[in-house]
Amino acid sequence: MMYFGRAKTLLILGICVLGALLALPNVMPSPAPWLPWRTVHLGLDLRGGSYLLMQVDMSAIERERLDDLADSVRTVLLKANIGYQNLAPQPGSHRVFVHVRDAAQHDAALAALRTIPLSVPGEFTVDDLPGNNLSLTLQPGALKQRGADAVKQSIEIVRRRIDETGVADPEITRQGDSRIIVELPGIEDPERIKALLGKTAKMTFHMLDESVLPGQPAPPGVEVLPVQNTGEHLPVRKHVEVDGADLTDAQAGTNSQTGGWVVNFKFNSLGARRFADITRTNVGHRFAVVLDNQILTAPVIQTPILGGSGEITGNWDAQGATNLALLLRAGALPAPLQVVEERTVGPELGADSIRKGALALASGFALVILFMGTFYGLFGWFANVALVVNLILMIAILSLFGAALTLPGMAGLLLTLGMAVDANILINERIREETKNGRTPLNAMETGFRRAFSTILDSNVTAFLAHVMLFVFGSGPVKGFALTITIGIVTTLFTATVLARLMMVKWYAAKRPQVLPVI
Amino acid sequence: MFYRPMLRFVPDNTRFRFMRARWFGLAGSFILSTLSIGLFIYPGLNLGIDFKGGIVMEAHTPTPANIPALRTAFGNAHISTAGLQSFGGPQDLLIRLDAQPTEGGNQAMQAEVRKVLEATQPGSKVVRSDVVGASVSHELFTNGLLALGISLAMILVYIWFRFEWQFAVGAVATLLLDVTKTIGFLVITRIQFDLVMVAAILTIIGYSTNDKVVVYDRVRENLRKYKTMPLSDLIDLSINETLNRTLGTSSTVFLASLPLALFGGETLSGFAWAMLFGIAIGTVSSIMIAAPILLLLGEHRLRRDVTTLPVKPQVPAGAAR
Repeated sequence: MMYFGRAKTLLILGICVLGALLALPNVMPSPAPWLPWRTVHLGLDLRGGSYLLMQVDMSAIERERLDDLADSVRTVLLKANIGYQNLAPQPGSHRVFVHVRDAAQHDAALAALRTIPLSVPGEFTVDDLPGNNLSLTLQPGALKQRGADAVKQSIEIVRRRIDETGVADPEITRQGDSRIIVELPGIEDPERIKALLGKTAKMTFHMLDESVLPGQPAPPGVEVLPVQNTGEHLPVRKHVEVDGADLTDAQAGTNSQTGGWVVNFKFNSLGARRFADITRTNVGHRFAVVLDNQILTAPVIQTPILGGSGEITGNWDAQGATNLALLLRAGALPAPLQVVEERTVGPELGADSIRKGALALASGFALVILFMGTFYGLFGWFANVALVVNLILMIAILSLFGAALTLPGMAGLLLTLGMAVDANILINERIREETKNGRTPLNAMETGFRRAFSTILDSNVTAFLAHVMLFVFGSGPVKGFALTITIGIVTTLFTATVLARLMMVKWYAAKRPQVLPVI
Repeated sequence: MFYRPMLRFVPDNTRFRFMRARWFGLAGSFILSTLSIGLFIYPGLNLGIDFKGGIVMEAHTPTPANIPALRTAFGNAHISTAGLQSFGGPQDLLIRLDAQPTEGGNQAMQAEVRKVLEATQPGSKVVRSDVVGASVSHELFTNGLLALGISLAMILVYIWFRFEWQFAVGAVATLLLDVTKTIGFLVITRIQFDLVMVAAILTIIGYSTNDKVVVYDRVRENLRKYKTMPLSDLIDLSINETLNRTLGTSSTVFLASLPLALFGGETLSGFAWAMLFGIAIGTVSSIMIAAPILLLLGEHRLRRDVTTLPVKPQVPAGAAR
């Protein structure tokens, strides 16, 4: 244990030098642009910024699919001339329920329902219930798949929306089955972003059902929706004539006649053709532009619109029109998003935390070094050198992996340094004991290291286990704490047992002392 | 200082008879832990928003915060603040609100607070704003407990694997006693219990286990070395031999945590105080609790092979070799 060959010595020194090089970017600016110059990534709590945890409304996704299926059931049964009753989506039991009036048509109805296309294989089953009732039941696997797709799609839309606002370096990641983490560095007041993300922005074009009189209950296939900012309600056919997904562009602008703010939009070829068709066949009738179950505007079609572009007038100011245009460009979310956790830190507070953390780190480090020098003399100073290298290596690893350093992470660095010297204390105490037992210097060092090593390993493995658990189950800044401690345990094993030993061996080879400076 | 050690905690070859006081230590520890569990039930931990849900906002006002005026303004806006206080300087304001019934409500409430603040003391700046909804806080709490539980279980398994089961049971029983006392400490001091505090407790667990492992390692070594020494003497010897190391490591971790407690800022000082308390408790328990439990569990079992072995002459540790 007390012999280091040339290759081994070079390897150990090489690791130290490599660590120093990797940590260097944190203290000096990049000398040349082609060099990989990675610094420790500061967490939002130190850098300032906003962390938003958003929940995708999974029940809305299921409800929407069940509504679609109910529509399909209505269509196929009407087409087959089958009388039905009580057709309704039942989200509680994940199904669409329908009662067939005439028992003789039961088999025909069953066959008709079987023709409804599945969006994925095995998406739903067509079930024959007692009492001439039928149902379409969504399967858990398919629901899960649909949810996962929705989360993926939501991340994409959220990213587009945030990119449109010009926020720098946003990080958008998924968490678990139904959540999205949005990290916005440098954002002090995330109100605008939250407002943008809080809207589904599902825009659709429908025809009004002008046969329904005000106050009358809506017939099947028609729903009464409120008009934005007026308190008026209008009956709208549920059938979607043109979908906002077919838009290619949307821009805020002002109307040349009224001067009010409008949103100009452009359809893709499919959308343009369909829009042309309905406006041609429905001149003189009203259609409605519906956004998130609210009617934005319901104009009368004056002339066919063939160019595939148009403008929507609403009751907006410049900001409102700009936001809507942005949302339409970025696309609709598959389901509503809700902020369930938010942590926002201003940059001044972050800078203040860095100052306090650095002060605590520096003074804690100084105290530990003084302690080791006082209580263990020369071998204590070897441990101190190892400790400095340890800190450099931890910073190097954090820089290399681009892991975020949080405020608790800084505490983790400091605690690691406090605990790292434990290995050296164990070794030094052991060497001292062996020396008192009458062993020669070299023999005492050898035995001391060997006997202390299993203890060091045991105690570090247990600490390692505890902090890996914290990393797995913790969240946010606390994960940063667990990460620094876990990294620190690994670097400690190297610096405290290998590097400190190398220093002792080289010192011994150079000085050949008769007694070790341990007593 | 640069060549020879200048100081030591205890002289060599101390012979403190720790095991004589074992009943005193165990009983004292048991009473303190029971009291702590009582405190945990009533009045309970001062849960932070991580685990309780709610809103915490920190604001910086341009002139000293006018708390009475703000209180009135919040009252007029029908915002019931759970806490409105200055902290740090007179221009620093801390606003706490309980969780609203819905997630949307939390968001609306937060916007409302900003508005009232701006109206009452124009130029005020919200420098920190944390909102935790009810579903997330439940999850964070469950995950925190899971992390604690699984860590304890893994430590138990590891020590069991490396030592005899008596050591594992002794270590985990001691850890439970340590953790309950730390929780009692947190209840008494009313330090907010949040996610960072779970990290503190886990670190204390890790540190305290480490401490026990060192003593146990020495006990195991001595069991092989002194085949016929009574277990209570042997444990005393092992503790005495490792005393300088136990106190040394405790000191370095203590010294590292102290600056955090004194000027680490609002987030870290609670964490650091818990650490300081945990280190002190962990050090005492390594000597006064973990070892006596080992003595109780292992009195006969760890020495099963004694009679079959030839008796060797006894050499006290540290004597001529």
